[in-house]
Amino acid sequence: MSRQAFSWGRLPAPEQRLIKLASRFDALPTTTESLLPYGLGRSYGDSCLNSGGVLVGTRGLDRYIAFDRDSGVIEVEAGVSLGEIIELTLPQGWFPAALPGTRFVTVGGAIANDVHGKNHHRAGSFGHHLLGFELLRSDGQALHCSPTANAELFAATIGGLGLTGLIRRASLQLQRVPGPWISGSSERFGSLAEFFALSAEAETASAYTVAWIDSSATGANTGRGIFIRGNHAEGPNSTATPKGIRLPITPPQSLINPLTLAAFNALYYWRPAAVARDALWHWQPFFHPLDAVQEWNRIYGPRGFYQYQCVVPMQDAETVIGEMLQRIAESRLGSFLVVLKTFGSMAARGMMSFPRPGATLAIDFPNRGAPTLALLDALDALTMAADGAVYPAKDARMSPTAFRQYFPQWQAFARHVDPRFSSSFWRRVTETEVT
Amino acid sequence: MRRILIMGATSAIAEATAREFAALGDALFLVGRNPDRLTAIADDLRLRGAAQAETWVMDARELNAYPALLDEATQRLGGLDTALIAHGTLTDQIAAQASSEMMLAEFQTNALSHMVLCTELGNRFEAQGHGCIAVISSVAGDRGRQSNYVYGSAKAAVTAFTSGLRQRLHPKGVHVLTIKPGFVDTPMTAAFKKGPLWATPATVAKAIVKAVQRGKPVLYTPWFWWPIMQIIKNVPEAIFRKLKL
Ligand SMILES: Cc1cc2nc3c(=O)[nH]c(=O)nc-3n(C[C@H](O)[C@H](O)[C@H](O)COP(=O)(O)OP(=O)(O)OC[C@H]3O[C@@H](n4cnc5c(N)ncnc54)[C@H](O)[C@@H]3O)c2cc1C
Ligand SMILES: NC(=O)c1ccc[n+]([C@@H]2O[C@H](COP(=O)([O-])OP(=O)(O)OC[C@H]3O[C@@H](n4cnc5c(N)ncnc54)[C@H](OP(=O)(O)O)[C@@H]3O)[C@@H](O)[C@H]2O)c1
Repeated sequence: MSRQAFSWGRLPAPEQRLIKLASRFDALPTTTESLLPYGLGRSYGDSCLNSGGVLVGTRGLDRYIAFDRDSGVIEVEAGVSLGEIIELTLPQGWFPAALPGTRFVTVGGAIANDVHGKNHHRAGSFGHHLLGFELLRSDGQALHCSPTANAELFAATIGGLGLTGLIRRASLQLQRVPGPWISGSSERFGSLAEFFALSAEAETASAYTVAWIDSSATGANTGRGIFIRGNHAEGPNSTATPKGIRLPITPPQSLINPLTLAAFNALYYWRPAAVARDALWHWQPFFHPLDAVQEWNRIYGPRGFYQYQCVVPMQDAETVIGEMLQRIAESRLGSFLVVLKTFGSMAARGMMSFPRPGATLAIDFPNRGAPTLALLDALDALTMAADGAVYPAKDARMSPTAFRQYFPQWQAFARHVDPRFSSSFWRRVTETEVT
Repeated sequence: MRRILIMGATSAIAEATAREFAALGDALFLVGRNPDRLTAIADDLRLRGAAQAETWVMDARELNAYPALLDEATQRLGGLDTALIAHGTLTDQIAAQASSEMMLAEFQTNALSHMVLCTELGNRFEAQGHGCIAVISSVAGDRGRQSNYVYGSAKAAVTAFTSGLRQRLHPKGVHVLTIKPGFVDTPMTAAFKKGPLWATPATVAKAIVKAVQRGKPVLYTPWFWWPIMQIIKNVPEAIFRKLKL
């Protein structure tokens, strides 16, 4: 048993054991404890943790299996990361069709959370590009799942939080791209109303859209931010990739506090580079600016942090998100990592997928204990009233009541959960009494 | 392009090294016991750039099977100029000190098989006038310790054997590399608690490929194991025998 931090939020970790698999031919560990697949631990809260149980490490399943350069279909072991896929396929002109805000996620993890990227309005989420996978159940069966074979288990496993069994290999359809470059623009907006207008206008012509929001802005400035759009594009013939750095230590206290935050936000909002009419980005800084600093999550200090990501239906989005931003700014508990984006209307393929039509807000909160939790509960009240949902991949604290409202299909899903699989998250939201 | 035989190709260190070779476009002949895993590794290495990735199933303890193995590898790759010998088992010391039969079996896996393969390879490379034989020994072979002297002395045999072979073949244009990894996080050491001295297979693999390319005789990897082992080797026996290492 170890208390190592296994999830991205670095909150105090429960005791659990990590057993690493070395190949896709390995059986599941024989143990009486419950099992949970574990990829790169880029989930923020406890959906990738298994208190008192076993994490089945999948990073040893990191082999490419087949890649067809003509059709863009790739088959890989489930522990291969999306970054590793890009390394192989981008030089041949192929790129993941859905890519989250970091490239350090495994294919298994991307399926289990049905992850989305900045192109959700166009391309939907990860599951939409999944051709099939092999699922190992604890009774020893290895099932091929696709939209036509074991279709129910296929749907349950997409967004299935690792609970339906171990994905060992998967086939994906990639998208054709001209190279590593993204061309687009970035511009300031002064309010949420402007954000929604920009989004609506940009989505027809731009594959990727996203906005950063100034979380310290109050009053008339509430909801101001920077809107970024882009498309894959031709660019200079260079293969150089930007170099990264690593945050060397965990500072004794969060470096994010109301003072540094307000200063940072104002500087970031007003910096001249915030406005760029004809920008050309390398894909890494465009999609993954944070990946340049490895272990940036240590910036919040030894107590760790929470992320809150919700989606709110479009008709109320402006009011509800406005109200949330107001509360966050007043609380002075937020952080500068605030992202706002609209989801498209494509229905997710996963039974438990998070993405649904509406606007999605994601924001980090340094862990300051009770006040932080109270604020997050207040945000949940707003999300629930608006018929929205919170993203389990980012969550460490939503109540069972909230979960059951966000995912009313949870009991139908529970029938597909492998009897030997479980997670800290799953027990927290399903085994606790609803109060 | 190198034409490389890898014995124990399913080992984590060997596979990481094979990925480095594949990225350089080398041709690979992968030998191991598990056919499914070998095929999966070969498929992966081809996608990573290997000019060729062939597989061959064999137990390293079959000491008389090596000439046929080398014939096959040479034929399928159209020649052979490099070998990485990586197979091994982390001996259960308690069991092996209780049974000479088990101790001998461990020597078969961790020393004799390497020495047989080195002999066969050495003679062929000597005749062709070039080649590189890279053998994974261990820092554990630098001094026998109570906690793992059966494993350690097998590695010591490999170290001494490759040292002599290196002297013999150096004038013949053949490079013999003795690789001494420290702690590496692999399935072999899954049960150990990891700390700051532990390296990843990828780190060790990069060092191995560099040593092969530069004709280095002995590689401690990561490098800090060299000073550590100098100290351990120089502790006088009078003191050493009282230690619980
Ligand atoms: C900086 C950053 C930005 C992010 N941006 C986004 C974003 O834009 N959009 C988005 O959707 N998400 C985003 N995320 C969240 C991240 O994409 C998901 O949490 C993802 O699932 C993490 O993958 P992982 O390999 O680290 O899996 P882990 O976090 O280790 O595990 C996640 C889940 O997958 C399951 N799992 C892992 N492997 C397997 C397998 N082989 N078989 C079955 N189940 C498995 C686990 O049991 C667990 O339930 C972001 C995370 C970070 C740190
Ligand atoms: N890990 C360390 O800390 C460390 C330190 C110093 C030296 N080393 C040495 O590094 C080498 C590689 O080990 P590793 O760390 O990469 O461990 P590993 O992944 O466990 O690899 C060991 C390999 O040896 C193979 N093998 C064992 N007995 C065999 C036999 N009779 N016939 C054929 N193959 C056999 C195993 O094959 P199967 O899969 O078929 O069992 C496995 O592929 C070994 O020589 C080891 O002694 C390791």
